[in-house]
Amino acid sequence: MEAKFISQDDTTLWLDELAERHVVLAPMWDNTVVTFRPHVKGRTPVLDRMPVLPPKEGVFPQNEMLLKYKHDKDPENLDRTRVQVKETLPQETAVVVGARPCGTRGMLVFDRVYNCEKIRDPYYVSRRENTLFVTVACTRIESTCFCHDVGSHPADTEGSDVLLVPVKGGYVAEAVTERGEELLKASFFKSAAEKAQEAEGVKQANRAKLPEPHDYAGSGEKLMARFDDMEFWTEQSAKCISCGACTYLCPTCYCFNITDDSVGLSGKRLRTWDNCMSFQFTLEGSGHNPRPTKAHRLRNRVNHKFAYYPELHGVIACCGCGRCIKSCPASVDIRAIVKAAQNHTPKQEEGSDER
Amino acid sequence: MSTLEQLKDQIRKALPDLDVVIGWEQGYDAMHATPLYIRKEEDIDRLIWSPLCVHSLGTYLTGLTRTPGAGKIGLVVKGCDSRAIVQLTQERMIPRENIVLFGVGCTGCLSHARLEYKVEQGGHYVEDMHSITFKGDKVEVAVNGDVETFDFDTVCLEKCLTCRFPNAIATEHFAGEEVPVAPKCDKAPSLEAFEKLSLDERFTFWQDQMRRCVRCYACRNTCPMCVCRDHCISTSRNPHWVSQETSSAENFMFQMIHTMHLAGRCIECGECQRACPVDLPIMLFRRTMVHAVKNTFDYVSGADPEATPPLLTFKVEEDNIKERGW
Repeated sequence: MEAKFISQDDTTLWLDELAERHVVLAPMWDNTVVTFRPHVKGRTPVLDRMPVLPPKEGVFPQNEMLLKYKHDKDPENLDRTRVQVKETLPQETAVVVGARPCGTRGMLVFDRVYNCEKIRDPYYVSRRENTLFVTVACTRIESTCFCHDVGSHPADTEGSDVLLVPVKGGYVAEAVTERGEELLKASFFKSAAEKAQEAEGVKQANRAKLPEPHDYAGSGEKLMARFDDMEFWTEQSAKCISCGACTYLCPTCYCFNITDDSVGLSGKRLRTWDNCMSFQFTLEGSGHNPRPTKAHRLRNRVNHKFAYYPELHGVIACCGCGRCIKSCPASVDIRAIVKAAQNHTPKQEEGSDER
Repeated sequence: MSTLEQLKDQIRKALPDLDVVIGWEQGYDAMHATPLYIRKEEDIDRLIWSPLCVHSLGTYLTGLTRTPGAGKIGLVVKGCDSRAIVQLTQERMIPRENIVLFGVGCTGCLSHARLEYKVEQGGHYVEDMHSITFKGDKVEVAVNGDVETFDFDTVCLEKCLTCRFPNAIATEHFAGEEVPVAPKCDKAPSLEAFEKLSLDERFTFWQDQMRRCVRCYACRNTCPMCVCRDHCISTSRNPHWVSQETSSAENFMFQMIHTMHLAGRCIECGECQRACPVDLPIMLFRRTMVHAVKNTFDYVSGADPEATPPLLTFKVEEDNIKERGW
C-alpha cells in the first residue's frame, strides 16, 4: 500500500477519533516522565522519545482482574459454602500508539508463550487480538540502545500494524498489516508523495547512527556453560540490588503472580506483574527457595532471555530497548553480562577436576 | 595528591586484609558511574571519585555481611553514606568491626534527571551528551559539538542543597581535604512548595503521583536502611498483608509503610527517589518524617555514633510528647 502522510496536529485529532471507539494508549507526560496513558481528547501525545514504561501494558496490564468471587452460606446447611465465580474477560479494543519498534517487537515474545498450541491464555489472547500497534520509528539512538544487536533496527515493522516515520511537520505512515491499512483510511491521512523519500532518508540516517552490531550468536551455549559457575554469577550480580525495575520496564518480561484480594466474603482474583529478581518469585510453600540469592535470580533473568527462551523458541527474548540498563539504580548492564559469558576463558584447573 | 589518588593508596594498603572494597567505576557511558567491587589490586585502577558517584554503597552491607564466610568489607563513603553506616551500627544490623570505611568529602552529586531536563531546555537531545566535566561550582557538558555550562546547584541532587554532612563521619580512613559545610538552603525547595498545598491539594497531588508507581521496589532495595530485604511486609505472600494491586491507594500504602519504617532512621541519602524509574517525589515523605523526628525527639539520624536513636529507647516522659493533659 502507498505510504500516507499525517501532520503533527492531525495526529492528535486522529487519536481523538480513535479514542471514540477504542482504548487508545499513548505516551504522555506524567509529571516528570513519559508513560503510556489513556489518550485524553485534545492532548498531544509525546512521540519524540521512548516512554519510560514499556508498551506491554496494552496487552498485558500490570493489574488484571481474572474473576470475581463471592462466598454464600447455604441457609439450609450452614456448614456448606457455595462459591459464585464470575469471569471478567476483557472486551475492549485498544490501539497502542507511540511505542518504539523495539518495544512493539518485544510483544512477539509473549505470543509464543501465551498463544501457542499448548497454551492459550484467554485473557492475553483476547487483548492481543483486539489491540493494534501504531509504532513510531526511532530517531533517538541512546547509549543503552542495542536493538540492532538482537536482530532489529530503528524502523523495524515486525509486530506493528502501522509504522509512523517522523518527517518535517508530521509522520509518514506505512501500513504493515491489513488492520493497519484500515486505520490509515481515516480522513487525516493524505498522500505522502515526496515525503516518502524523506522518510526513507530518516530511516537510513538512524540506522547508520548505531555502532557495529555485537554478535550474540552462541551466547546461549556460553551462558549455559557458566550455569553452575556461581562465582561468575556472584561477580556479575554483585552490584544488582535485586529490585524489579529491569523486569517491570522490560517489554519482553511476561511473568505474573496471581493473588486473591478478599473483603469479607467476596473478592477478586488478580493477575499482577511479577519479577524474577524478587526472593518470593521461586519461594516454595515448604520454605525452600531454589533461587535463594540475587546471583541465582540474575542468572535466571539473563539466561531466560539469552539461553532458555532461544532454546525453546529459536529467538533471543530481548528487544534491545535498553530500559533495564537505563533505569537500573546500579547501572547493571545486561549486555556486559552476556559478553562476559561469551568471552569467558575457562581457568586452567577446570577439566582436570573430573570426579 | 588528589583525593582519588589518596583513596586508591589507602585502599591498596588495606586491601590485603579485606575481602572486598566497594567503590565506583565508570559505567556504561560517560554520564554514569556504577558500583565497583575491588577484590584484586588491579581493580583499584578502575576506581573513580566524582559527582557521578551517586550510589549509597551501604545498601549492600546487610546482604554481604550475612553471606556465609564473609570477611572484612571495605566501603567508600560520602557524608550521607557514612550516616547510614552509623545508624545501621546503632541498630546492630551490621558487624561494624568487620567493616572498614574509606571516607571522602563530597561537594554534591549529579542529578541525572535535573541535568537531562536542563539539556533538553537548551534545545539538545540528552543522548547527544558525550562527556561531562565538573569544575568547581560549574558543570560542563559536551553535547552535540557544543559545550553547555550549568551551575552545579541547578543540576545536583536536591539533597545536596540542604546537606549538612558533606564529610564522611566515623570512618577508619579519610581521603582528601574536608569540605566546608555549606548548605544552600534550610529546607528542600520541593518540600517548601509542597507544604504550601492544602490538605485537599496534597491528596490530589499524591493520587496523581502514586498512580504511576509500578512497585518495582527500587526505592526499597536501594535504601541502606531497608534491612528486611527478602522478608519485606510489602511482598510477603503468607501472610498476604499488602495487596499486589498497583493503584494510587495501594501504592500510597506501600510508600507509607516504607516511610513509617524509616521514622528516626532515614538519613536522607535520597537513594529512594534517585532509584525510582518513574521519578516519584519520594523524598517529600522522607523529609517530612525527618522533620517530625527532629521536632519531636530533637534527633538527627546517623549523625552521632554515641547517641541512641529515639525509637530504640524510651523516656518515661518525653520532652515534646504530652502524654497527659491533652
